[in-house]
Amino acid sequence: MKTWKQLQTYLLVTPQTLVFLLFLLFPLLTIFVVSFWEFNGYAMSPALILGNYKAIFTPVYLATYLNTFKFTVIVWGLALAIAYPVAYFLAFHIHDLRWQIGLFVLCTIPFFTSNIIRMISWIPFLGREGILNQVLLNLGIVQAPVDIFLYSDFAVVLAMLHLYTLFMVVPIFNSLVRIDRDLIAAALDSGASGLQVFKEVVLPLSLPGIAIGSIFIVTLVMGEFTTVRLMSGGQASSVGSAIRNQIGSLQYPQASANAVILLLVTLAIVVGIMRTFDIRKEL
Amino acid sequence: MTLGTSTPLSATGNASPVEPATASPGIALRSVTKMYSNAIAVENLTLDIPAGSYCCLLGPSGCGKTTTLRMLAGHEAVSSGEIWMGDRRVDALPPAKRDTAMVFQNYALFPHKSVRENVGFGLKMRGVAKRERAARVAEMLALVGLAEFGDRRPTQLSGGQQQRVALARALATRPQVLLLDEPLSALDESLRVKTRSELRKLQRQFGLTFVQVTHAQDEAFSLADFIVVMDHGRVDQVGTAAAVYHQPASVFVADFVGDNNIFAGQVLSCEPVGDRERVQLAVEGVGSLVATGAGGIVGHQAACCVRADQMQLAVGDRPPHAPNQLSARITAIEFTGYVTRVLLRLPNNSQELLYKARTEDWLATGYQEGQLLNLSWSPDACIFLPH
Repeated sequence: MKTWKQLQTYLLVTPQTLVFLLFLLFPLLTIFVVSFWEFNGYAMSPALILGNYKAIFTPVYLATYLNTFKFTVIVWGLALAIAYPVAYFLAFHIHDLRWQIGLFVLCTIPFFTSNIIRMISWIPFLGREGILNQVLLNLGIVQAPVDIFLYSDFAVVLAMLHLYTLFMVVPIFNSLVRIDRDLIAAALDSGASGLQVFKEVVLPLSLPGIAIGSIFIVTLVMGEFTTVRLMSGGQASSVGSAIRNQIGSLQYPQASANAVILLLVTLAIVVGIMRTFDIRKEL
Repeated sequence: MTLGTSTPLSATGNASPVEPATASPGIALRSVTKMYSNAIAVENLTLDIPAGSYCCLLGPSGCGKTTTLRMLAGHEAVSSGEIWMGDRRVDALPPAKRDTAMVFQNYALFPHKSVRENVGFGLKMRGVAKRERAARVAEMLALVGLAEFGDRRPTQLSGGQQQRVALARALATRPQVLLLDEPLSALDESLRVKTRSELRKLQRQFGLTFVQVTHAQDEAFSLADFIVVMDHGRVDQVGTAAAVYHQPASVFVADFVGDNNIFAGQVLSCEPVGDRERVQLAVEGVGSLVATGAGGIVGHQAACCVRADQMQLAVGDRPPHAPNQLSARITAIEFTGYVTRVLLRLPNNSQELLYKARTEDWLATGYQEGQLLNLSWSPDACIFLPH
């Protein structure tokens, strides 16, 4: 009986373990191994060289990394700035559960269609002859069409925000609704102003939610390549798009080295966030 | 106002109360009503709470007592009516401007702040300088006997300690009125009794007005100078513990306070006796009962009650001319220590009665389960309940 119980537990976790081993750990190990291989211009061969890693620490590559960090920081900051008020509004000003659910569904509308279609549909909106420029011209706000709306860093950040802000809204909302309303009453009772209640009670208690949202945004943006490619028109680069280009030209060892470094950097940021904030109680 | 000694609460003994420099204001509620979209929580409540008194709002959950307390604190707006504290009308003021402090049911301690920061929070919000704040926090922590716990987080404390932190936080800003929402309900029995007497001591020591919400009648009885019994958003009775216990004003109060046998019936006659009335009721299945009280209207439905320890038990025939008597059979005998509870059932209807006696006295009677007994009680012990 007891052995069957134990066996049952193992049987239940076996499928997921196998999936992890086969489709996550094994490919990662492969990438790690290949990152030390040689590439001679048309084929790769097993070796143990550090050349692929040395190549990353050159100005061209470091600029790509910096550009990726830039996107990450900008998208993270703007997503937080947009998501916090939305989450706050949903948590504290919408009391009816049905309304909360309804408004959440509104927030998920960007996910109703595929990534590619979503991205392509920005073109007629943001382009030189696009709706936005037409409106601005007709209103007399600009005299000539604005070029930076599409195929620019602006377009990349806009598209990423469009996609990823929800990943910030949900965890913040989650931590806000868990705040005992009596804590706010107690703060008011002690003479705190609205701003003080926010600073002393609401914000500190929602930090774990912000931390989880930040982990989502950082991991998603650090690995981005389709949005960067499509929305920048190939002008901006990120580590993700660089890896893609290298794969395109069959430079697998170089792409692998880049992937390993990107993974380590992203993990370091995530670990840093998890060390700073106690997110366990939110999970 | 001086806060006086820094002696821990439990060790204060009967220290002479510290006179407050400014008298704690009395509270007056005038026709206070609280309506939610679809329900009335508190209806037309008019109540005076004298300065420096310990008042308990007693009633079952949903009776409006907590809503009343939150309206006093300013955490709920009144729908109509006025709240006065001393000569100030406060019902439109924010909580911090009312000179009240609230102790929340689950203490509502800030989990991300230390005990010291929790206690000093109100002072910080009021802009009290850091050094003065530290001194006052230390004084408050000493008062509740938690001087060594200042650096801990609330979650690292026991329930009783958390409760003391909540008290210290509420008292730190030197309020005139302390509002307590079921402060003892989360504590276990022995701690509850201990904390109860500490609360009372604290209230005497500072001469503050305490308003406490509770659903436990023993808590209200032991603490309050006077009790406000509430039901369905209305006040059923206001009085001292003794008055509420000895002279319940309604069927609800008689039932809620406990230990009462209640008989519903129709008023047959009313005649004044001194400043009271002798009311005769026809009770189905029992016969006629004579009760003492006021407000009886002939022909109306009403009730009367007799306390479980106010009945006389006897074997054999009914004594002639005794007004209130009936026969009942013992169905259960429960020994509870000093007191023995006896359950009896009327043979001719399903009503169950409770009789209580000192265990010693009960054992002396030698009555057994299943025995048919004659119960009787005087009209003075029979309280008329007009509604």
